[in-house]
Amino acid sequence: MKILVPVKRVIDYNVKPRVKADGSGVDLTNVKMSMNPFDEIAVEEAIRIKDAGKADEIIAVSVGPAKAQETLRTALAMGADRAILVETDAEVEPLAVAKILKAIADEEQPGLILLGKQAIDDDSNQTGQMLAALMGRPQGTFANTVELDGDSVMVKREIDGGLETVKLAMPAIVTTDLRLNEPRYASLPNIMKAKKKPLDTKSPADFGVDITPRLTTSNVSEPPVRQAGEKVADVDALVAKMKALGIA
Amino acid sequence: MKTLVWVEHDNNAVKDATLAAVTAAGKLGEVHLLVAGANCAAVAEEAAKIAGVGKVHLADNPAYEHALAENVAPLVADLMGHHDAFVCPATTTGKNIAPRVAALLDVMQISDILSVEGDKTFTRPIYAGNAIATVTSSDAKLVITVRGTAFEKAETTGGSGTVEAVSGPADAGLSSFVSSEIAKSERPELTSAKVIVSGGRALKDADTFQEYIIPLADKLGAGVGASRAAVDAGYVPNDYQVGQTGKIVAPEVYIAIGISGAIQHLAGMKDSKTIIAINKDEDAPIFQVADIGLVGDLFKIVPELTEKL
Repeated sequence: MKILVPVKRVIDYNVKPRVKADGSGVDLTNVKMSMNPFDEIAVEEAIRIKDAGKADEIIAVSVGPAKAQETLRTALAMGADRAILVETDAEVEPLAVAKILKAIADEEQPGLILLGKQAIDDDSNQTGQMLAALMGRPQGTFANTVELDGDSVMVKREIDGGLETVKLAMPAIVTTDLRLNEPRYASLPNIMKAKKKPLDTKSPADFGVDITPRLTTSNVSEPPVRQAGEKVADVDALVAKMKALGIA
Repeated sequence: MKTLVWVEHDNNAVKDATLAAVTAAGKLGEVHLLVAGANCAAVAEEAAKIAGVGKVHLADNPAYEHALAENVAPLVADLMGHHDAFVCPATTTGKNIAPRVAALLDVMQISDILSVEGDKTFTRPIYAGNAIATVTSSDAKLVITVRGTAFEKAETTGGSGTVEAVSGPADAGLSSFVSSEIAKSERPELTSAKVIVSGGRALKDADTFQEYIIPLADKLGAGVGASRAAVDAGYVPNDYQVGQTGKIVAPEVYIAIGISGAIQHLAGMKDSKTIIAINKDEDAPIFQVADIGLVGDLFKIVPELTEKL
């Protein structure tokens, strides 16, 4: 069985994004970029499934600029077997990404597609669900635990108020939540080895997908800033304030 | 414009998250509802009373009982033949279903809207709420999820909608519900609580979290939350987590105890009306957003506060 793992190159998790003064977007010049953290979890889960003898090959895919090669090399260094870069400098919306991924899945016929529940740049939380719809296959979103069981996969999902377990017929699409696993760091020897693993480069046109955006962003601004209030001296003063708020 | 709002429910009662979505939909046009579930006629009756509601579509079918996206998305897609916008609360249910509907309709979804700026123009948070984007759709139909804390809740009475049964596709046979573990609690749910008491890593362990946070929450009739650090350290279960990767809350009063105020956490609670912070580090970032701060040892302050309230 093959596992397909789509990954996205995004601003590093630890960097505070700065909004451009002209309102045209977030400034990404000279900003550290990394693999989307939820996608790292997806790569890790795929590796664990392969290590358990339940998968033969892990294919990492990214839709993005030439530099997304670095992100794919990271996935290869972690343990993916080969990679496909669908290169474009355009911003590609989740719907178009899902269409490209569907075309790749049609060629590769994976039994499982594992991807992050959302990217930490646009925070859309759509690609996995859209891909599942386009493929007419089931989806296990916000996965906390993934267990393969013959022709099906059990996914424990993080939902409001608790957890829910669903059983999905394979091929299935699973999106990862934070607590599914803790991704490994790639070791230096593996980083070296990853440089020799195959990486194919394609374009959206190779898959016949129109990536023209459906949404236009007219402005990006800073969120309203909250002003710091006052500090009180002791518990009595706090109690008085809380009484004034009507909650005590 | 005719909108179709997903009613979030447990087959017995309408959940609060629906009400903000109704308000958002009302800014776009006529509000129709969809109640999809099993033996859920009572939910449709209740939903019809929500202020401003027109038609309530009731799809009562065992295949819809657990709102599996594989089964309900085709139902919604069918109904969208007569509607212009599908509006879903941005709950885990809504986030699961809406993109599947959008792809079936070949529409690019607009996630987590904060405001309605025009017929097809909305604001939404990006980069964990560190930026707000204004986006306009060029699609013929809209698929939207609504951030619950950004819109007033519609009144639960005063409406006089008509309930109309609809049938939809049968079980797709792709997925099945196995089980759920829903925490049972007398406490208000985090997303609807008026007051929230939230604890961070400084609480030290699961026992001290219980010992210090719970009595204060009991005294205030408050919901209990936690920072990601406290959840990751195992003090409390996942569903307590407030933050960008947890729940987004906006209570009247949010009391942050032993929480430093990482960006991740602030993104989940900074829209609270009043924020109270208790932390021993006077330079903690939480004080930059707190309306009322008290610097000191929480293990002394919290018991004293609980006693004096």
